[in-house]
Amino acid sequence: MSHDNSKPLMRFLLLFSRQGKLRLQKWFTPMSDREKKKIIRDMTTMVLARQPRSCNFLHWKDLKIIYKRYASLYFCLAIESQENELLALEVIHRYVELLDKYFGNVCELDIIFNFEKAYFILDEFLMGGEIQETSKQVVNRCIESSDMLQETMEEYMSKPAF
Amino acid sequence: MSPSVPLQEMIRAIRSARTQCEERGVIQRECAAIRAQFRQVDNGARSHNLAKLLYVHMLGYPAHFGQMECVRMIASPRYSEKRVGYLGAMMLLDEKQDASLLITNSIKNDLSHSNQYVQSLALCTLACMGSAEMCRDLAPEIDRLLRASNSYIKKKAALCAVHIVRKVQDLGELFAPAARSLLSEKNHGVLHGAVVLITELCERNPETLERFRKTVPDLVQIMKGLVISGYSPEHDVAGISDPFLQVRILRLLRILGRNNEAASDAMNDLLAQVATNTDSTKTVGNAVLYETVLTVLDIKSESGLRVLAVNILGRFLLNNDRNIRYIAMTSLQRIVGTDHNAVQRHRGTIVDCLKDQDASVKRRALELSLALVSASNIRSMMKELLLFLSSCPPELRAQAASGIFYAAERYAPSQRWHIDTILHVLTTAGGDVRDETVPNLIQLITNASELHCYTVHKLYRALLNDISQQSLVQVACWCIGEYGDLLLRGECQETEPAQVTEDDVLDALETVLQSHMSSPATRGFALTATMKLSTRILDNVDLGHRIRSIVSIYGSCIDVELQQRAVEYNALFRKYDHMSPYTSILSDKNTCLQVCDLLGLLGGSEEPLQPSPAPGLSLNTASTAGGDLLDLLGGLEPTPPAPGQIYTNTHTSHTMTVYEKDGVTLTLSCEKQSDSVLTVTLTASNSTDSDMSSFTLQAAVPKSVQLHMKAPSGDFLPARGAAKVTQMVVLNNPNKVGPQTQSYDALSYDEHQSVRGKVWSIRCKTTNYIREEENHCLISKINKAVAVFNKKLYHFPPPNLAFNSRC
Repeated sequence: MSHDNSKPLMRFLLLFSRQGKLRLQKWFTPMSDREKKKIIRDMTTMVLARQPRSCNFLHWKDLKIIYKRYASLYFCLAIESQENELLALEVIHRYVELLDKYFGNVCELDIIFNFEKAYFILDEFLMGGEIQETSKQVVNRCIESSDMLQETMEEYMSKPAF
Repeated sequence: MSPSVPLQEMIRAIRSARTQCEERGVIQRECAAIRAQFRQVDNGARSHNLAKLLYVHMLGYPAHFGQMECVRMIASPRYSEKRVGYLGAMMLLDEKQDASLLITNSIKNDLSHSNQYVQSLALCTLACMGSAEMCRDLAPEIDRLLRASNSYIKKKAALCAVHIVRKVQDLGELFAPAARSLLSEKNHGVLHGAVVLITELCERNPETLERFRKTVPDLVQIMKGLVISGYSPEHDVAGISDPFLQVRILRLLRILGRNNEAASDAMNDLLAQVATNTDSTKTVGNAVLYETVLTVLDIKSESGLRVLAVNILGRFLLNNDRNIRYIAMTSLQRIVGTDHNAVQRHRGTIVDCLKDQDASVKRRALELSLALVSASNIRSMMKELLLFLSSCPPELRAQAASGIFYAAERYAPSQRWHIDTILHVLTTAGGDVRDETVPNLIQLITNASELHCYTVHKLYRALLNDISQQSLVQVACWCIGEYGDLLLRGECQETEPAQVTEDDVLDALETVLQSHMSSPATRGFALTATMKLSTRILDNVDLGHRIRSIVSIYGSCIDVELQQRAVEYNALFRKYDHMSPYTSILSDKNTCLQVCDLLGLLGGSEEPLQPSPAPGLSLNTASTAGGDLLDLLGGLEPTPPAPGQIYTNTHTSHTMTVYEKDGVTLTLSCEKQSDSVLTVTLTASNSTDSDMSSFTLQAAVPKSVQLHMKAPSGDFLPARGAAKVTQMVVLNNPNKVGPQTQSYDALSYDEHQSVRGKVWSIRCKTTNYIREEENHCLISKINKAVAVFNKKLYHFPPPNLAFNSRC
């Protein structure tokens, strides 16, 4: 069996606004900057062109693209062609729920101004292109703990984190 | 949590920029400030600078000058700095960057940090962007963490191990034992990680797969626990307990059960249980059901279970949710080859999905419908497919059309049905069919000989309706040209009778010729069809003229192909008219006869021709360059004179009949007056029962000969040869240009060759055009003419003449 045969469940995750502005990008396989830029362009064009009540699944090259719109943000997840699309939809939904719990009624601005937090939450939920934690509560607890750790350290150092 | 003020201020500043240019300005200033800050040794505000840089990076601006800062931040003892540093490493560094190696040491240290959140940062980063070297370096550490740590770290270590195995396959063996023991953990996160790791190990190594087959009973137990268990607040999603873990286990079971009876048996009951008990009202339940179906279809399951799985897919097809319908069809597509009958049961629903609004669903439905066509359902399926074709989105047309053709070819119940179907497709989607369709259809029509009448009527009517679909128009023109006589005959058993006149048909063809919608190829078809009609329509002289005039117009067409065709058809009309059945009626009593035809083949065709007249009456020089080479046939010497008739240089006169047809007889009587002067007396008589009036004779001679025609005795030929008309013609050949040079027999070898070659090439060209439309009738006529020509040519061949075709 060849080394490159196996790929993670997810290839990349993108969040972008209705105007095509990127709000979050997570790449699960190594790619050059040029490739990333091209993919971002392709995804935004493809997804933004879709009709309102269409199917949430698209085919792009050898991947399946699962996308879903939440308020003004499009969540776009690319999975391998043999993977379960319905589960991918659940993955997107779970991430939205986590963000919602953390920010309290999350909206696009929250993600813009606190993008690093969005990444921290994502890194507790997914890892290496696979699902890391299946329990919402566990993820939330971990994020809170991490934040607490950051604050205590800050207080101790009596300097603001950033 | 404290808001990061400086970061947010910058974000606000960037967002308030009104133009791209302004934004670039803000960002350039900020980046300059950040760069300056990075250069400072210790800076309490380091993390917020890096965060700013990461934001700018996300907007698409270059940020590689931040890479070293990431390395420094990761090495910092402060958690907040580590956090942003590792985030930066994941965003800016990948295994291709050299700087990534520099963080290996930090990661190693942090993996054994006392604080689990620091450990978690290191594990996360390694799993995200760890290169092969880093992985090799740190693998033992990961293995240690897999065995002895808390659940939080164990689950992360498991996924880290997955990444390592993907990068360095050999290390799989290292993690196998730990993975096995993790299956007995209760923590769902750890279990999930363990299942992913085992899946990865099994997919890469068949031996490992064999070993892990023993875990099937354990996996079944875990699944059962999830499915039957009551409500669990930690993991419940809409009534399903931990659907993510369930799907993952099902996937592992699929890999373990594939091609293995024993393993498949062991999981049979469980799969049936999941399939029946899972609530399918929400997407999450359907996700689990979907995975179950995929597993059932992939392993060696018993037939009852397979039917159950296909039925679930059938239920999915009826689901309101478009996504569910879509995945049902993709799955059915995968099994339509192996479980054809099971899928056939759902054909009705699938065909209904052709009418779905969503383009992706339509595409799937089309592919599946085409795969489900069989001999038994061809008629009903084709109805649906044709209906679909008329309203389908443009991007699917070509696929639909070619799928329909393929299905029609394989399963057509009758030739007429086949032809009808193809015509229907051409009418609705003619622009999207492939090029081979036209010749294929022509072939089909030719072979269905009893349907020629029906086909030509149908095509004619289609042509009247719409001339924009090129393929259809091309086939229609060809048919009209080929079977025009059937069209005009009017009656046809299979369609309603319609009175079509010859003018109607020509009108239709002319419309095609003149329309701006017709492509050059289509015009070619129409032109050839028009020409072919001249042999089909026999009793209408005006029509014949009309055809000729249509064709001759294109003799000056700008399109070279059409022009060449028109010119060659014109030549055929002129020179081979005698062969055409059309001209048998041309011996109209009031038409004047041209003398060149006396020696030509008018009225004769295949009969051996009159013996050669006196030299000096050969009418065309053999050395006409370019121009009308077919004239040579007019000046052709007929079969060589029988020995007794060779005209020698005497003063005796000879009388011979040079023309005898339709009651008109013409005789020539020659008398040599001197070396260069010859008198010819032409006598005409009429043996029909009616009188002929306005009878005139014309003559043409080569330039070297002078002609002087005396007044005829009259122009009235009474019936039954009651009286004759005579006319004297004096020919003067003052330069004594030898007859040898003008007689064909005396052509040099080269001239023979060149003439023959040219005639041959004309014949080839003409037959090639006609061959395209397979008009054998005309080809054979041309061949006969050339054979006659060759016969004459050959009769006095120079000894070493070898015939070669030059076309």
